[in-house]
Amino acid sequence: MASHAAVHHDAHDHKPEGFLDRWVFTTNHKDIGTLYLVFSFIMFCIGGAMSGVIRAELLKPGMQFVQPYFFNQMTTVHALVMIFGGVMPAFVGLANWMVPLMIGAPDMALPRMNNWSFWIMPFAFTLLLLTLFLPGGAPAGGWTLYPPLSLQGGYSVAFAILAIHMMGISSIMGAINIIATILNMRAPGMDLLKMPLFVWTWLITAFLLIAVMPVLAGAVTMLLTDKFFGTSFFNAAGGGDPLMFQHIFWFFGHPEVYIMILPAFGVVSEIIPTFSRKPLFGYQAMVYATACIAFLSFIVWAHHMFTVGMPLGGELFFMYATMLIAVPTGVKVFNWVSTMWKGSLTFETPMLWAIGFVILFTIGGFSGLMLAIVPADFQYHDTYFVVAHFHYVLVTGALFSIIGAVYYWWPKWTGRQYDERWGKFHFWWSVVFVNLLFFPQHFLGLAGMPRRIPDYNVAFADWNFVSSIGAFGMLCTPAMMFFILWHSKKYGAKAEARSWEGARGLEWTVPSPAPHHTFTTPPSIDDGALAHGNVTH
Amino acid sequence: MAMTYRGTSRVGRGLLAAASALMAGVASAMPAPWQLNMTPGVTETAHNAYQMHMIALWICVVIGVLVFGAMFIAIFRDRKSRGAVPATWSHNTKAEIVWTIIPIVILVSMAMPATRMLVAEADTNNAEMTIQVTGYQWKWRYQYLDYQGKPARVNFVSRLDADSDRTRQLDSGLDPHAVKADGEQAYLLNVDKPLVVPTHTKIRFVLTADDVIHAWWVPAFGWKSDAIPGIINDAWVNIEQPGIYRGQCAELCGQDHAFMPIVVIAKPKAEFEQWLAAEQASLDKAAATAQIAAPAPAAAGPQG
Repeated sequence: MASHAAVHHDAHDHKPEGFLDRWVFTTNHKDIGTLYLVFSFIMFCIGGAMSGVIRAELLKPGMQFVQPYFFNQMTTVHALVMIFGGVMPAFVGLANWMVPLMIGAPDMALPRMNNWSFWIMPFAFTLLLLTLFLPGGAPAGGWTLYPPLSLQGGYSVAFAILAIHMMGISSIMGAINIIATILNMRAPGMDLLKMPLFVWTWLITAFLLIAVMPVLAGAVTMLLTDKFFGTSFFNAAGGGDPLMFQHIFWFFGHPEVYIMILPAFGVVSEIIPTFSRKPLFGYQAMVYATACIAFLSFIVWAHHMFTVGMPLGGELFFMYATMLIAVPTGVKVFNWVSTMWKGSLTFETPMLWAIGFVILFTIGGFSGLMLAIVPADFQYHDTYFVVAHFHYVLVTGALFSIIGAVYYWWPKWTGRQYDERWGKFHFWWSVVFVNLLFFPQHFLGLAGMPRRIPDYNVAFADWNFVSSIGAFGMLCTPAMMFFILWHSKKYGAKAEARSWEGARGLEWTVPSPAPHHTFTTPPSIDDGALAHGNVTH
Repeated sequence: MAMTYRGTSRVGRGLLAAASALMAGVASAMPAPWQLNMTPGVTETAHNAYQMHMIALWICVVIGVLVFGAMFIAIFRDRKSRGAVPATWSHNTKAEIVWTIIPIVILVSMAMPATRMLVAEADTNNAEMTIQVTGYQWKWRYQYLDYQGKPARVNFVSRLDADSDRTRQLDSGLDPHAVKADGEQAYLLNVDKPLVVPTHTKIRFVLTADDVIHAWWVPAFGWKSDAIPGIINDAWVNIEQPGIYRGQCAELCGQDHAFMPIVVIAKPKAEFEQWLAAEQASLDKAAATAQIAAPAPAAAGPQG
C-alpha cells in the first residue's frame, strides 16, 4: 500500500516539463545517467562504423577501399572513440543511475557538476570527430599518440589534444562526484563493507581516474608544446626522449585498462547472484581483490614496452608485477563460479551476458598472462595476438558487461520488460560473431601478422576473411539492441519493482520505473536483503 | 623443420600440425595459410619464445578446463528448472586460501624459466659480427660495422620489392597471389636487397631510427626490438640453419608502415664470406671509379 502511494506521488514530483529543462539543464542523476548511456550508444555506433572500414579493407589482401593513411586514421579514432566515448561514459552512466539507488542516496553529491561532466563530452567528441574533415585528416599515429609519429600530424594534433583534455576534465569531475556521493551520502546502516560490489568497484575506479587522468593531461600537453611551441620534451634532436612519453602515457594507460574493467567486475558481481539465487561468494575477498588489482595497475605500466630496450632489471620487475595480477583476478573468477555453484540457476538475458563475460573475459586474461611472459612477448608484441587479447577483455569483457547491465536494470529504468527471446537471440548472435571476429586474430598474431597494417601477405588471407565476417555480424548488433529496447519501451510488459525473482539490494525496493526522485528520506537497511547477503557475521 | 628443435614441441604438435605440414623441410620463415600457432624458429631466442608460449598456453588450457568445467557442472546440475534449491553459504576461507596459493606457485614456476631465458638473451657480449639497423619512413638501412674483428664497410638500403609495391597500390587490379619470390608467395614480404648474414655466428644488432619509431622483427629469430631516434638498442642472433627469413616493421610508423618488410638470407660462413668479399670488392671498385671521375683535389690549384 505504502509503495503504491509512493508511485502515485513520485510520478508527479518535480519532473521538469520542457525538453531543455529536462535534458540540458538537468541535475537529476537518473536523467544524466540516461544521457551518458545514450551518448555512449551513439559513440559505439560511430566507433563500430570505423571498425567496419578497417575490417572491410582487411577482408582480402591488396588495397581495395581506402588509402593506408586513412586506414591509420580509422584505427586511431576507432580506439579513441571506443575507449573515451563508448566504454568509459557507459560505465559513468551506469554509476549515475545505480550508485545513488544502491546506497540509498537521493541523488549524486554534486548535481550541477554532474550536469557539466556530461555536457562537456559531446563538445569534446565533436572536436575529435571534426578532425576527419580537416585538411590532412584525423590523427593517424595510433591512439597511444607516440611521438615522434603523432607529431607528424597537422592541425588534428591540437584538436585531438584539446578533446582529450576535455574528456579528462569530464572524467575527473565525474570521479570526484562518485567518490563524494559514496563517501558522504550512504543511507544510515550502509557501511562501506556492506555496499554492493558495483559501488565498491566504482569507488576504486574513481580513485584510479583521479590519479591518472592528470598524468595523461600532462603527457599530451607536452606533445602540444613540442608540436606548436618549440619545446623538445620528446624530441631526441633537442635533448628530449621519445621513450619518456611512453612511460608517462602507460603510467596513465595501464590504470586506464582497469578503469574500463573494474566496473564490469561490479556489474557481473550483481547479476550472477541474482540469477543464482545465492549470495555473492567471498564478498570481502572480492573487495580486497579489486583494491589489489587497482594497486598493482600502477606498477605494471612498462609491460606495454617490453621491446623498447629496457634494462634487464626493468624487464624482470615488470614481468613479475604483471604476472602477479593473475592472482586477484583469478580470485574473482573463482568467486563468480563459486557463486553459481549449488545455486538455483536461471538464464535470463542478463545472466547469459554475465556468463559470457566470465568465460570470454577469462580467455582475454589468459592471453594477458601469456603476454606478461617477456621471452614470449618478444614474439607477441605489436602483433594481432595483442589485438585479440585486448578485444577479448574490452569487447567480450567491458562491453558484454555493459550490455548485460542494460538488460538487467532496464526494467528498473523504464518499468518495462524486454522480449526475452529477442534478448537471448541478441546474446547468442553476438557470442558467435564476436568469437569469429576475434579468436582467429590470435592465430594471425602467432603466425606473424603485425597489428595496425592495412594490407598483408596472402598467407594471412584466410583468417582475416573469417575475422571480417565476424565483424560484419557484430555490426548488426547495435541495430538489433536498439530495436529490442525500442520495442520494450513501447510494447513491453509492465515490470515489477523487484523485476527479477532473485534480485536483492536497495534498487529493487523502489518502484519500476524508478521515480524521478528516490530515497528523499533514507531507507532502512536490512542486511539480509543485500545482493551479497549478510556479511556482518 | 623442427629437427633442430628440442624441448616442449611434443605438447604443441597438435596445434602445430597445420603449420608444420605446410612448411616441412623448408628453412623458410613464410607464414602458412590457416596457420594456428607460433613456429619454433631458428635461434635460441626463438626456441625460448616458443617454449614459454607453449608452457603458458597449456597451463591456461588446463586452468580453463577446470574453471569452465566447474562452471558448466553448475550450469547443468544447479538449474532451477531441475528443482535446484540454492545453498546459503557465501564464503569458505580454506578454499579461498587454496586458490590464492596455487596460482602463485604456478606463476613462480613460469617465472623461473622465463628469468633464466631473459638473462641469457640480454647478453650481447662476445659477438663475432655487428650490424647496425636504421629505420626510416619506410625502409631499412643495414650497415655492417664489423665481422671477425675487422671493419666490414658494407652499407645499403633495403626496401619493398617493386612487384609488391605495384600490387599494393589502391585499386591496382593486380593479384597479390601472383607476387612470388624464391618460389614463395612473398607479397609484402620481399625486398629489393636483402640482409645477408652467416649462420652459426653470434651477430649483434644495434638498432636505431632516423625519423620515427620503427621495430625490427623477424619471427624466426624470436625477438623484435624498437628502433628509436636518439636511442641505440641492441639484440643478438645466432642462426642455426641457412634459409630465407622474412619479417616486417612492427611499430606503427606512418602511412607505409605495412610496406617496409625485412628479408634476411642466412648463408653458411664460407658462402657468406664470399658474398662479403664480393660486396667489398664492388665497393672498392665504385670508390675507385668515383675517384677517377671526380677531379682530384690536388689538381684544383697550386695552393691545394
